Amino acid sequence: MQAATETHATPAEKFANVCSILEKHGRHPARLIPILQAVQEEYGYLPEEVLAYVGVALDVPAARVYGVATFYAHFALEPRGKYIVRLCNGTACHVKKSIPILDALYRALGVTEKKPKHELITIEIVACLGACGLAPVLVINEDVYGQMTPARAAKLIDEILEKEAALV
Amino acid sequence: MTKKPVENTVSINGRPVAIEGERNLLEIIRKAGIDLPTFCYHSDLSVYGACRLCLVEIEGRGIVGSCSTPPEPGMKIKTHTEEIREIRKISVELLLANHDNNCPTCYKSNNCQLQRIARQLGVESIRFGQVLDRKPVDTSSPSVTRDPNKCVLCGDCVRVCSEIQEVGAIDFAHRGHQASVLPAFGKDLGEVECVNCGQCTVVCPTGALTPRSEMEEVWKDLMNPDLCVVVCVAPAVRVGLGESFEMDPGTITTGQMAASLKMLGFDQVYDTSFAADLTIFEEGSEFLQRKAKGEKLPQFTSCCPGWVKFTEQYYPELLEKLSTCKSPQQMFGALLKDRLPEMLGIAKEKIRIVSVMPCTAKKYEAKRPEFIHDGIADVDHVITTQELARMIKAAGILFSDLTPESFDMPFGFATGAGVLFGNSGGVTEAVLRFAAEKVTGKQLQSFEFKQVRGESGLREAAITIDGVQLKLAVVSGLKNAKTVAEQVRKGTCEYDIVEVMACPQGCIGGAGQPVSRNPHAKKMRTKGIYDADKMMPLHKSQENIFVADCYAKFLGDVGGDKAHHLLHTHYQSRRRLPDEGIAFFSGNGGQRLKVDVCLGTNCFIKGAQDVLNGLLGHAEEHKYENMVDIRASFCFEQCEEGPTVKIGAVTLNHATVDTAVQALSRELEHQLSGESAAKDECTSCSGCK
Ligand code: SF4
Ligand code: SF4
Ligand code: FES
Ligand code: FES
Repeated sequence: MQAATETHATPAEKFANVCSILEKHGRHPARLIPILQAVQEEYGYLPEEVLAYVGVALDVPAARVYGVATFYAHFALEPRGKYIVRLCNGTACHVKKSIPILDALYRALGVTEKKPKHELITIEIVACLGACGLAPVLVINEDVYGQMTPARAAKLIDEILEKEAALV
Repeated sequence: MTKKPVENTVSINGRPVAIEGERNLLEIIRKAGIDLPTFCYHSDLSVYGACRLCLVEIEGRGIVGSCSTPPEPGMKIKTHTEEIREIRKISVELLLANHDNNCPTCYKSNNCQLQRIARQLGVESIRFGQVLDRKPVDTSSPSVTRDPNKCVLCGDCVRVCSEIQEVGAIDFAHRGHQASVLPAFGKDLGEVECVNCGQCTVVCPTGALTPRSEMEEVWKDLMNPDLCVVVCVAPAVRVGLGESFEMDPGTITTGQMAASLKMLGFDQVYDTSFAADLTIFEEGSEFLQRKAKGEKLPQFTSCCPGWVKFTEQYYPELLEKLSTCKSPQQMFGALLKDRLPEMLGIAKEKIRIVSVMPCTAKKYEAKRPEFIHDGIADVDHVITTQELARMIKAAGILFSDLTPESFDMPFGFATGAGVLFGNSGGVTEAVLRFAAEKVTGKQLQSFEFKQVRGESGLREAAITIDGVQLKLAVVSGLKNAKTVAEQVRKGTCEYDIVEVMACPQGCIGGAGQPVSRNPHAKKMRTKGIYDADKMMPLHKSQENIFVADCYAKFLGDVGGDKAHHLLHTHYQSRRRLPDEGIAFFSGNGGQRLKVDVCLGTNCFIKGAQDVLNGLLGHAEEHKYENMVDIRASFCFEQCEEGPTVKIGAVTLNHATVDTAVQALSRELEHQLSGESAAKDECTSCSGCK
């Protein structure tokens, strides 16, 4: 299991990268989505101030930038944990019981659906990862785990927590 | 023999209807006298096609959305089949299932499309369980209240704000059952770039967006025997108010309106058209001066607070071209608070000024800090035409049966020119009636300038007075205003006067007016205003003897000191979002020098990004990380002087990489030696030296 990618640039470097991302896309409002995608790679999420700046640079109202950023589940507006656990709840996965897996994940992390925030591990529910053959599917950062069960999911979480505890 | 389909017709429920340039089936069906329910269709906006209420069946094609299907000859259309009626009912029931159904207490009750359509379709029960996930109501804006629990996600507001006003203050956010219409970053409407025009409340079919009400405050003052409550009524109100009492749009109700205000208990009933006449003295003279000197042209009008805020946010370099005249509402407030204590023998603290306006932005305007002195506002409350109608109904007054009465003197006396302010083109025409006589010294033969009238949101006219040609533009809708503003920015604008009203067709189309389902309502109100002008005995502001009397008795000269103090104002560039800034260096180290680089639009255009990168590079190179905090901010409201950089207590205008780096080094040195360089480094003005 790899940790989530986020460049380890200084804030100044990150900002310079944002500027070159904007340049690369010709500051074209129609390129908003690829721009947001690139900005997220830079920061690991989409900070509000940077979104406001993207709006200024593209001459797109901030409300529209925010709307696009919140429409796609792929974009995160809050800093995410080092590990991003994405559980698919598309039709196939849902039918094969993804919700009990979600409950197991929350329990293993000691969080609840209402307050799902965990420093290290961010749980995201997504609609169809395009791997319905493996349903129910769980993805941790880049690694795909098929035919998931609540027990296996809990075990994966425990493993991450142990591994990270060992690092401290 | 079978009848061949007649060319260029469609069949609607078996009857032929000619296609006459309709853009979609909905238009042609409505033309045929059949009302299809719709939530997301407005003829002035783009087609969205989301609500699925406008469904029809086309033979051979099945069920389609009529708003997004163009008519084709020979189409056989059915509008109310069993299946369609059932689908529509289900749609409405689904909407009701996550709607806050507190209809009797909703502001929109009576005028709500959801209510109307549910009734029309015969929805008698809701088959689905309530799934409303209650969200807080946003009351942050002085002009518009946003209740997300009543939103049906039709997107009408989003489109009006971006397509007609080009503001884009609200948009769809999130998706699925979380989807909602929100200002940027889920902030409150009062914090963002909304210009308070209220046009979103006009198109919103439900009570999700409504004009912010101030009726309670007014009732309270009216019931307080210690107060003298004065009311001033804007020109456009008299041709809209009647609609709330089943009269036709454009019916002139001045007399009943005055009578009802007196019955409500207002102590003095005045006409804002008086202040409009006063505005013409000031604004007309200001224009003649600018024209003579050839400076600060085109002169933009400043009576619309939506347009003023728009300029402050998007076109700070245009602010100097705005007339410095306050709007009639604010002139009136300032004048009355100054004069009435003496005239009525009542202490200023005991006088309340209430404005009745066709407008929601006027509520915001009255609360601008420059119009409040030592806690006393020039205008205390602003209610809309809609709110006045409600108050009249609440008091049980039978409006239609009232015997007309008149305004009170002297501030109820106006000329037709003042009344014209209600129409788009009205201010321009009133200025022309003034300027033409001032310039030529001769009396005008005919007082009407029909060249400036019309329905288009961007009209031009050229008028020659005494051999001098004046080029005018009359603009309504902020998208059109943007077109002219861009011309000025590019240096291609040749106008002398530009009149701007944020609301399409001017104040008669303001968001405070009764919401009308009559497609000709605005046209009829416009005619009402022109008719009202004709009915007045005088038609030129300079003929208003009571305004002239004000100058003679205490205002002094037009544009003089006293007049300037009371009747003129100033503008400031304004940021669109609350400033949060992007931090680059911040963290440990004791006393750190704060550096803020503005990356707002105006500074950005002028190269602020290079300045920022220059500073960052410099700081990294010299390992200043622990001595400075560098942030990018969005707008210090000094846009005309951009790029703007703040380093400690020093503000640097017109910054370049070099001047910014120099200033940074200097300030760091000073910080080390324990004092700020602020005093001797300020070069922006010599005021404090
Ligand atoms: S009041 Fe005007 S500017 Fe504000 S959100 Fe509504 S339409 Fe947009
Ligand atoms: S706020 Fe009103 S106009 Fe806007 S989407 Fe909701 S229901 Fe439609
Ligand atoms: S009016 Fe056609 S889909 Fe809403
Ligand atoms: S954009 Fe307003 S001060 Fe920079």
